[in-house]
Amino acid sequence: MMYKPQDLKLTGYRRPDGRFGARNYVLIIPVDDLSNAAAEGVAHNIRGTMALPHPYGRLQFGEDLDLTFRTLAGQGRNPNCAAAIVIGIEPNWTDRIVKEIARTGKPVAGFAIERNGDHKTIEAASRKAKEFVHYATDLAREPFTVKQLTMSCKCGESDTTSGLASNPTVGRTFERLADAGATLIFGETTEVTGGEDLIMQLCATKQIADQFKAAFDDYQHLIESQGVSLLGSQPTEGNIRGGLTTIEEKALGNIQKAGRCQIIDFLKPAEEPRKPGLSFMDSSSAAAEMVTLCAAAGSVVHYFTTGQGNVIGNPVIPVIKLSANPLTVATMSEHIDVDLTAMLRIEMNLDQAADAALQMLERTINGRLTSAEVLRHNEFVLTKLYRSA
Amino acid sequence: MAHAILLHEPDDDVGVAVRDLRKGESVGAVTLEGKFVADVKLTDDVPLGHKVAMKDLAQAKDVVEYGRVIGVAFQAAMRGAHVHTHNLKTKRWK
Repeated sequence: MMYKPQDLKLTGYRRPDGRFGARNYVLIIPVDDLSNAAAEGVAHNIRGTMALPHPYGRLQFGEDLDLTFRTLAGQGRNPNCAAAIVIGIEPNWTDRIVKEIARTGKPVAGFAIERNGDHKTIEAASRKAKEFVHYATDLAREPFTVKQLTMSCKCGESDTTSGLASNPTVGRTFERLADAGATLIFGETTEVTGGEDLIMQLCATKQIADQFKAAFDDYQHLIESQGVSLLGSQPTEGNIRGGLTTIEEKALGNIQKAGRCQIIDFLKPAEEPRKPGLSFMDSSSAAAEMVTLCAAAGSVVHYFTTGQGNVIGNPVIPVIKLSANPLTVATMSEHIDVDLTAMLRIEMNLDQAADAALQMLERTINGRLTSAEVLRHNEFVLTKLYRSA
Repeated sequence: MAHAILLHEPDDDVGVAVRDLRKGESVGAVTLEGKFVADVKLTDDVPLGHKVAMKDLAQAKDVVEYGRVIGVAFQAAMRGAHVHTHNLKTKRWK
């Protein structure tokens, strides 16, 4: 039988803005590196909270600062977050992030360390965090439909099995989800090099294709301006070990994840999708950066295909791992949620593989922890566009 | 498993080994739908996931996988040979 996304029985946490979360976190978000200690102090004190420490947030400027704000606020805005505490060294930037999260209507509070010190900040923030945990744990899951689902995908440590099996599986799954009205995100701007014309062909309008091409060319120019090429980085050493030889070959495998979906919009990094269907988000191919940007954009669950065995997870969104490489599934089984090795034996066709992916999606949204969640893979990585002041 | 090589497109220059292959073996190549394309005799050991030449690839020839050019053969590779970084390179990045 073929699984139709509209038949999936999904339950989640309804947020005040009408979006649904697959998880129910109280997040403690540091604005800057200096506030990690206080944020982790609160998370240590209060059960049911999670801190998101990171190394940035000071003396950034322009587009790079905007992206950091959008990424941090996006974690709090994400439907998997029930309520958020924001802690910064001083009140102004702290308040900017609080205000962005507050626009979703969910509970949020900000605390600044200057003129308080860590101890008083941790005490005040812990009291508020306790209130938020009671609020969050009173919420119950409710049914929701695939039309109310936002999710994302990316591949990592890819090899030839990614292009043959696991990426086409996500592509077929995304075709079904897009037809059923889900909101979908994919990206990886430089990694489609050699297949950029195929991405442009998938774009629904010339304007979207032009926006994509401008971001693509911008990155190619950045590489040239540094007097370097990505040889030695793309494909990665892991890709090469797995049998991928050139960026063109890697790109053609990568693009399989879009299936035959139309690309209906182009998003800046960490920008929330404006409408259902598949959006292309300008993003790095570094796994933790890309998934963090997807979380910031409001994705609540993520398909991650791997060939050689990328172990990435994310603190805010469950990451479902799919692999068709028999060596990887045998030697790294604790990391893999969906085993697609039967595809290489031609004992499982693309529709059967998509069924398996949709079943795991349903179970994950409804509360089954993914391998990455169980193994505490909480990689939270901000994308930095250029040097700080 | 009767086959040992998978092809994205029947006319591709290269196929992918779905298990470790030994020099001297003769193995079947099929499409993803299971359609038989050809038997190939291996002239190299080829590890799982690596590519095998389905045709004689002359030096400087474009190499096709997915029905598209994925690079250029900077060394010739005969049918049955291992195709990877020692004989295939990108046309995009110098």
